Amino acid sequence: MIKLITTNYFEMTAIILFGIGFMNILLQDNLIKKFIGLNIMDTAIYLYLVSYGYISNRTAPIIREGNWQYVNPVPSGLVLTGIVVSVSMTAFSLALVQRLYKRYGTLSFDEVIKKLRSGEAQNGSES
Amino acid sequence: MTYNSSDNHESKWEKFFKWVNGEQALDSVWEKELKSKILGKRQKRHKSIEDVIDKINAQSKKIYIFFSIIITVTYIGILLYTAVLLPEHGNELNPTNNEVSQRYVENGVNDTGAVNAVSAMILEYRAFDTFGETVALFASIICVAILLKKDRSNLCPQEEREYIEDEKILNADGNGILKFTSRLIFPIVILYGVYVILNGHISPGGGFSGGAIIGAGLILYSAAYGDKNLKHIVNYNSFSKVVCGCLLVYFFSKGYSFFTGGNHIKSIIPKGTPGNILSGGLILPLNICVGAVVACTIYGFYSYFTKGDI
Amino acid sequence: MFVERMFLLFLIICAIGVTVSKRLLVAVTIYIAYSTVMAIVWIILEAPDLAITEAAVGAGITSILFFITLKKIHAMKEMSDKPHDL
Repeated sequence: MIKLITTNYFEMTAIILFGIGFMNILLQDNLIKKFIGLNIMDTAIYLYLVSYGYISNRTAPIIREGNWQYVNPVPSGLVLTGIVVSVSMTAFSLALVQRLYKRYGTLSFDEVIKKLRSGEAQNGSES
Repeated sequence: MTYNSSDNHESKWEKFFKWVNGEQALDSVWEKELKSKILGKRQKRHKSIEDVIDKINAQSKKIYIFFSIIITVTYIGILLYTAVLLPEHGNELNPTNNEVSQRYVENGVNDTGAVNAVSAMILEYRAFDTFGETVALFASIICVAILLKKDRSNLCPQEEREYIEDEKILNADGNGILKFTSRLIFPIVILYGVYVILNGHISPGGGFSGGAIIGAGLILYSAAYGDKNLKHIVNYNSFSKVVCGCLLVYFFSKGYSFFTGGNHIKSIIPKGTPGNILSGGLILPLNICVGAVVACTIYGFYSYFTKGDI
Repeated sequence: MFVERMFLLFLIICAIGVTVSKRLLVAVTIYIAYSTVMAIVWIILEAPDLAITEAAVGAGITSILFFITLKKIHAMKEMSDKPHDL
């Protein structure tokens, strides 16, 4: 088991990074930091996937004649898809943050919720 | 929505179902009940209702923080224990290295004509996957345009003032370092992006990375010189034509096998000799399509984020 | 072996630094460093396609979008993430 701790450190780093990103999403009040945490979670999952495709003493899958020792190309392709989807999601969420700031004048999630509730109560009493 | 409302006779389950269905926020119901209770009991005391509610909210926030830390630590602990028990990192006998990847590596060159196995995988064997990803990027730029386009409902004077200030800074004779450096770097960046796209099937890279590099180059030029010169090339017309045209080309070159059946690995386009630039069948045109879509989308993000228009 | 572990340790330190930093500008800057080191880790793991994409997208485009958002909400001037200061 101690031997595996010294060999599986890529996976363990990925899991620790996932935990840090998860804590960021749960506990940060600031919306921008929440989204940075989400990006860290993304990259942690990619690190986990790619570290499983890695085979030691083999090269990247650019195929040359006479050499059949390559790492697994499947996780690379999947992660390439994931990176581009993550950037489009980041752009969309940042656009939402800008609109939210324009409407409520704050980046704090709690303040937004508070203002939303008081606004609801006002609208309800008016109607 | 008055505080002594008539929905007091509802049972807790009915409230819960309403909350599950999204018709009513549980917190607001709870807060209302609390307010009415406090109003009934403590009208004579000095403490105001808002203070009490703030106190209770702070307490529940503490409970939330406590439980979120406990849950995350437990979860990460379980995952770490699992990671220790997983098969060894980098061992070639691991179950992830099965016949799928073996087939991609061994038959990839014969099937597709592309030397780069990752490119062959994402643009030939799993081309629908990549098409969906490109469409996701397209959907994202549409959402950003809906949210940030400058119109009557989305206009604030502060932003307008700042935009005019930015224009003034751009048109001034200052920031010579930025202008000189970007004039030096911009052609190299674009050339490198085109190289990465065109060599996607024989070396690392491909449509996504090359498109992102070209988009970054366009952003650099736009940041240094403004969008006046760029507007002749990249405007709304050309943007929509390029993006929609490339997506349609991609769809028709890969989507015909919906109607004809088969795995559409075999096509009428010759494979060429592996290693040459004109090889790989459809991979080179598809790489160019994806690169154009990604470059336009990334410049579109920048343009909508700064100016609110393209 | 040693270099790999140093890079992974750097990743964890960067992630913690994003969490504890008080200013948003500092947090985004640390995130750029994180992405760049992540691109090097992809090279170590023999995935050069990912390294190019991560260097262009993670360190380039994403951080530009974050910076523009910060500029838009005037965080560049105030340099503080307290909501009433923005």
